[in-house]
Amino acid sequence: MLAKRIIPCLDVKGGRVVKGVNFEGLKDAGDPVEIAARYDAQGADEICFLDITASHEGRGTILDVVERTAAQCFCPLTVGGGITSVEDIRRLLRAGADKVSINSAAVKDPDLIAQASKAFGAQCIVLAIDAKLWAPLRAHGMPGHADSEEGTPALCKALGMNVPEMLKWMGAMRKRMDTLPPVPTRDPTKSSVDLAHLGKRWHVFIHGGRVDTGLDAVEWARLGVALGAGEILLTSMDADGTKAGYDLKLTRAVAESVDVPVIASGGAGTLEHLADALTKGCADAALAASIFHYGTYTLAQAREFLKSRGITVREIEP
Amino acid sequence: MNIAIVNCGSGNLGSALKAFVHLGANAALRDRPEDLDAADALVIPGQGQFGDVMNGLRQRNLVEPIRNAAKAGKPVFGICIGLHLFFEGSEESPGLAGLGLLKGSVRLFQGSAFGAGGGLKVPHMGWNALKLTREHPCMRGLEGKFVYFVHSYYAAPAQPDDAVAWSTYGQVFCAAAGTGNVFGVQFHPEKSQHDGIRILRNFLEWKP
Repeated sequence: MLAKRIIPCLDVKGGRVVKGVNFEGLKDAGDPVEIAARYDAQGADEICFLDITASHEGRGTILDVVERTAAQCFCPLTVGGGITSVEDIRRLLRAGADKVSINSAAVKDPDLIAQASKAFGAQCIVLAIDAKLWAPLRAHGMPGHADSEEGTPALCKALGMNVPEMLKWMGAMRKRMDTLPPVPTRDPTKSSVDLAHLGKRWHVFIHGGRVDTGLDAVEWARLGVALGAGEILLTSMDADGTKAGYDLKLTRAVAESVDVPVIASGGAGTLEHLADALTKGCADAALAASIFHYGTYTLAQAREFLKSRGITVREIEP
Repeated sequence: MNIAIVNCGSGNLGSALKAFVHLGANAALRDRPEDLDAADALVIPGQGQFGDVMNGLRQRNLVEPIRNAAKAGKPVFGICIGLHLFFEGSEESPGLAGLGLLKGSVRLFQGSAFGAGGGLKVPHMGWNALKLTREHPCMRGLEGKFVYFVHSYYAAPAQPDDAVAWSTYGQVFCAAAGTGNVFGVQFHPEKSQHDGIRILRNFLEWKP
């Protein structure tokens, strides 16, 4: 039986591991190659690097990190952050990445997913989605974010488009999403989510989760898969950094709408949270950063806990 | 032992090479027929589409050198698409002949257990457990171990004795197969941490 995966994620900036709270207030947590090797030795099911280097000049450092990691870690390696072209993907795969995750660039140009999937296979193209509860819903007692930018100017700036271009982009996206086949009917006994009533709950945010695109996260996931994404890395911007647990409703809504694996991300604070994401959230994998980085739990403890909850995880001899 | 990692133009060749280098093996990526002829053992790794990889081998004139190595009794090891190529054909590329080193074909995961209705996602991606059906030197110590799979198609050996290991994903499927000096695995040992590396080490010690 296929095991559920536990994926430690390393946010890498300028060649060092950092982890912020709600993507801010970054702390230095060490050398990515060393930390990856530690996780590999602990039996990580996969390791994820997210390059959050802001400047274009600093981008080369991640290739070096990936190359040095791949020479000594023999587990799947996913790399994301700042990828804008098929050439970027080729370079990362050559350096030793097994999968790459695309985020903002895919929102700007969804055809990048199709091109990359055709060139390298769907199995190595991960669509990363940063989702946040739609603002009017947040106003009703839901957690709010003072830092997010909504509205046309911010979106135009993030997309690098003027207003007519942005409107054209929005129209094209709408058209593509409207032509998606309906969500297949699943076994009703397995689902507690009425997908028909979920519309427009979570929006896709880009640029480090700061800018609202207005796109519906579930629809965007479905479009991404239709274009050739082989996996969805789903981060709840509301939960990220809170350590209060994954957004299970969001995770489940996406997991039940696509037929590729979904990695839950954002909010892990306890082992119970991991178990919830994999059961109630219907995720295939749970990604976590701080609970592993700061030694709160080891991967072995996580595996043991999940096993005690009846979740299939990899058996590893100590 | 001079190991040729056959470069058939598919992706992910570097991982297999890195793993063999890590084990101290004398391995290199090779794509010239004479280099394959000169090698003591061949590894056909990688991911890709059956037809693309098979055509990649043809264009580089590597089909005969692989068949010759198999005939000559040299260890020939296939990983993922490499295992698929050993068979006579694949549903992934109908009408295209494989290497024909093993009898049988390659099939797509399909049916009521898969896709939107059944809930099992294709490709089968992640860690799954092995069940050995017979002893094989390359699979020593691997009973019940979890290894890393990424595939939508699986090998269906026509000769039951060719199967070496099974795994389960909606159905029982072949996870490793071989006959004589030809051996292949569906999963990625180069990505299966300790247990995967053990298979590669077993392969290096294998004297078929």
